[in-house]
Amino acid sequence: MTSEAIYAKLLPIVKTYLPEDIDENNINPDSDLTKELNINSAHLVDVVLDVEDTFDVEFANEDMEKLRTINDAIAIIQTKLNK
Amino acid sequence: MGICAPNGVGLPAFTKSIKKGISGIRFQPQMEQMKFSCQIGGIPEISEEKKREYFTELQLRNFNANGILYGVIAGMDALKDAGINTKNQEDTPNWNLGIVFGVSTSGVDKFRESIYKIDDANVRRLGSTAVAQTMMSGVSAYLSGMIGAGNMVTTNSAACATGTEAIIMGYERIANGQATQMLCGSSGEDGPYIWGGFDAMKVISYKYNDEPEKGSRPMSATASGFVPGSGAGALLLESLESAQERGATIYAEVLGGHVNSGGHRGTGSMTAPNSEAVQRCIKKAIEHAGINVSEIDYINGHLTATTKDALEIENWSKALNRKGLDFPYINSLKGMTGHCLAASGSIEAVSTIIQMNEGFIFPNINCENLNPEISTIIDAQKIPVQCISAEIKTAVKASFGFGDVNACVIFRKI
Repeated sequence: MTSEAIYAKLLPIVKTYLPEDIDENNINPDSDLTKELNINSAHLVDVVLDVEDTFDVEFANEDMEKLRTINDAIAIIQTKLNK
Repeated sequence: MGICAPNGVGLPAFTKSIKKGISGIRFQPQMEQMKFSCQIGGIPEISEEKKREYFTELQLRNFNANGILYGVIAGMDALKDAGINTKNQEDTPNWNLGIVFGVSTSGVDKFRESIYKIDDANVRRLGSTAVAQTMMSGVSAYLSGMIGAGNMVTTNSAACATGTEAIIMGYERIANGQATQMLCGSSGEDGPYIWGGFDAMKVISYKYNDEPEKGSRPMSATASGFVPGSGAGALLLESLESAQERGATIYAEVLGGHVNSGGHRGTGSMTAPNSEAVQRCIKKAIEHAGINVSEIDYINGHLTATTKDALEIENWSKALNRKGLDFPYINSLKGMTGHCLAASGSIEAVSTIIQMNEGFIFPNINCENLNPEISTIIDAQKIPVQCISAEIKTAVKASFGFGDVNACVIFRKI
């Protein structure tokens, strides 16, 4: 799957967890999910569960540690899909 | 005030129901499928649209905690009714506003979901809100986030005395000068996993599965156990000076109250009250309020529709030293709502203040055949079966709970 295709599927997931004061136009592949998009850090686990369901992959604890931006998510997903 | 009761959500609907004696008890098909003896219960009706007036889509994702749902609706309505604006808040918490919102359990349905996942070696799939929904302080925590409460935010738990106790705790916080406003209330969950234990104890009504609205019969000769209910009630308590300064609607004054326990001594046990403790709780509340027993116009009883109702009446009569026609008016909301357990005290306190404010006494439904043990103590006229007009200046609300715990609060009309 291309990075663009993965990004397109990730976008609606991320939007679900955006706080009310963050505009969805602020989302870009390099956005830091918690620091820039202000997603509650507790919700990162929910983002990951949704990603797992959407892409039929499973994130390990180490993957969670690496996850900061949407690009990180794309890289992790690609690695898993190519296995 | 805010209310989320089986026979009415919101003050106008609830007021209309209690005036007319409308029951909120319905047949519960799930309890029939699960072979419960009691297949009826009182559950507030909340539409999906209504939920969205109080919660965001994100909050409702994987949300499965009906006690939090009811508590938030009642709590937010009470804030709104009190004219406290929570919308345009800055980043600073409101240090003068606190919360005591009691429960007996929280998020049992969510907990069940979690247990299945955990037993399936899938703990990683619980999601981020399993803790917030199942912690006892879930209701007060959700409310705090919505209103920015910066004073004490806590949850009390004293079985069926929880709601009345919450009011007394909030009152004390304000009386001690540690808070200006306290949102006090309690919330009770519903469903087979909450009610199963009571069904197993055979303390709930099983004879009226075909006539749900007849099932809850406080003080009746044919009372046959309580009917389980759920919901939430909430009251915003505030210092008189602060309420007057804001020009807020003041429904009533809390004159005082008392909380105690029978310690499972004497006639008391895990499930039965120590009568001495019950009477002492009532007497101490009156003493604390600084009034004479003759000033009491109305009692909102605990009266669950079990065989203990006559004993409760006897305890009231002894504590007040009043009987026959001299006894105050008394009624039990449980005929219409069932026993809302942890929520009962706060729901019934709201019903008490509505009656004071509007000058009526709601009917004791299903009490057309009064328990003869009760009529030997107090005159039947004091237990109206039709709604009557009455001036209530001073009212008493008491709740008694498993664990032999008691709470009694006294309200005065302003």
